[in-house]
Amino acid sequence: MKNLSWRKLLPAGRTLVVAPTFLWLILVLLVPFLLVFKISFADLDFGVPPYTPLAQFADESISFVLNLRGYILLFSDNLYLATYLSSLKMAAVTTLCCVLIGYPVAYYIARSSPAVRNLLLLAVILPFWTSMLLRVYAWVGILRNDGLLNSVLLWLGVIDAPLEIYRTDLAVYIGLVYAYLPFFILPLYANLVKLNVRLLEAAYDLGARPWSAFLRVTLPLSMPGVIAGAMLVFIPSVGEYVIPEMLGGADTLMMGRIMWNEFFNNADWPMAAAVTCVMVLLLIIPLILFQYSQMRQIESQRGGRS
Amino acid sequence: MTKPNPWLRALVLLLGFGFLYVPILFLVVFSFNDSAIMTSWSGFSLRWYESLFQDKVLLSAARLSFLVAFLTATTALVLGTWAGYVLTRMGRFKGFALYIGLISAPLVIPEVVLGISLLLMFVELNSFLGWPEQNGVFTIWVGHVVLCTAYATVILQSRMRELDRSQEEAALDLGATPLKAFFMIVLPSITPALMAAWLLAFTLSLDDVVIASFLSGPGFTTLPVEVFSRVRLGLKPEINALATLFILVVGAFVVVANRLQVRRERRA
Repeated sequence: MKNLSWRKLLPAGRTLVVAPTFLWLILVLLVPFLLVFKISFADLDFGVPPYTPLAQFADESISFVLNLRGYILLFSDNLYLATYLSSLKMAAVTTLCCVLIGYPVAYYIARSSPAVRNLLLLAVILPFWTSMLLRVYAWVGILRNDGLLNSVLLWLGVIDAPLEIYRTDLAVYIGLVYAYLPFFILPLYANLVKLNVRLLEAAYDLGARPWSAFLRVTLPLSMPGVIAGAMLVFIPSVGEYVIPEMLGGADTLMMGRIMWNEFFNNADWPMAAAVTCVMVLLLIIPLILFQYSQMRQIESQRGGRS
Repeated sequence: MTKPNPWLRALVLLLGFGFLYVPILFLVVFSFNDSAIMTSWSGFSLRWYESLFQDKVLLSAARLSFLVAFLTATTALVLGTWAGYVLTRMGRFKGFALYIGLISAPLVIPEVVLGISLLLMFVELNSFLGWPEQNGVFTIWVGHVVLCTAYATVILQSRMRELDRSQEEAALDLGATPLKAFFMIVLPSITPALMAAWLLAFTLSLDDVVIASFLSGPGFTTLPVEVFSRVRLGLKPEINALATLFILVVGAFVVVANRLQVRRERRA
């Protein structure tokens, strides 16, 4: 019955509504990806553009040349494999740190009184809206050998010599956790604030201690929020370029940096394209997991309402 | 019984928000530092604000960034509303899965990948059609629209999905065309979401380094690209001044927006 009035939309009208945005998406996303895929099979060439065409027409025949140089290099040179693994590791550690720091914060925000809650939420959102570039830049001044952190620690007498954090992996971890922490807190908060406190009261009435009530009631119920937040941290961390470039050392391996360097510093577009293709494939797996968890969440909410 | 431990709560919130706010505070405080060496305090001064407003390169980059961000946010709002309407009102159509995949791809695909792929497309277009002749405002704008439309669509489609459809259906039953029903019923009732989507797109565009680096051409440098090229090699106190102004404007904006929203909720 509900859909009855929608029949007024003629099929032609419907196509007219769907088609323009569909065409736009195909033009600016699908076509460029296919081009990257194509160019990943090209060879370096001197000229504009700096790669060879795949199809050549000469002597009344069309010849296709699929150049596998990029992919062969990708799988034979250990640097690339190491970079993929290192990116995944850095993103995973970042996500774990965000869970450990973000969960208690989100939990206590959600358990505050509504007025305080609103204020605290505002305080989480504010950095979220400020320039990430500028906030990461702040860490350069804090973590340098002569920076704020070392000055304070030296002054307090905790350390005798400055800690070398700037231009190490540790600095990248700090930058990543800092930049993506709000992305974890916000969805988890949205989940925790809906938690039915009566379930907790019931657990206490039945003799559960605070910790076991948390582990058996709050934590399982908040898992969809944890997963959503973790994905929002993990996925952008894998491909991050700005943070490792600003805070990391020369030996901080991340995929975004490799792609950038192949493209700008080595001007090796086919290689950059090959790295890009493998990376897109690599990201599809967490994406599918994310979609799956989201769908399950929506289904469980629907089940809960009825 | 179920009240959380107040001491633990205060400690956790203090540590969490300390982590989020110490760097911001650091930027603000040291923007007033007289010394060029950013790590030691040598007295209050506004010299970095002065040099900021005399920096022609930075100012023209800022002008370009605001232009691009404005164009991007407006375009992304139109496309995002359109795509949100398609996703929530058109049912399933041929290629529905592809449509969802493409619209949400920029949310999960690293900006480096978006930048490379769009640049390659513009290079190919240029070699076939001789257009666009040069990377500049147009190419950065397209890149940012691709990124921001995805975020705008997420916000707008979830709002349109929640919307009570009875008014819309009544309008259609009373003979309004779907187009008229959209502009008279749907659009006015999602105004807050429209504003949120426009602002998010504007900030994303204003903050983007990576896509703009790939798609900007000679003479067209956006503010983040300029800032990034200066700070990747060290500290620049005038950037602290810029950051402080930025934080001030954003802070004021977020607080005012929140006040308005709280007031609206109270009235409702």
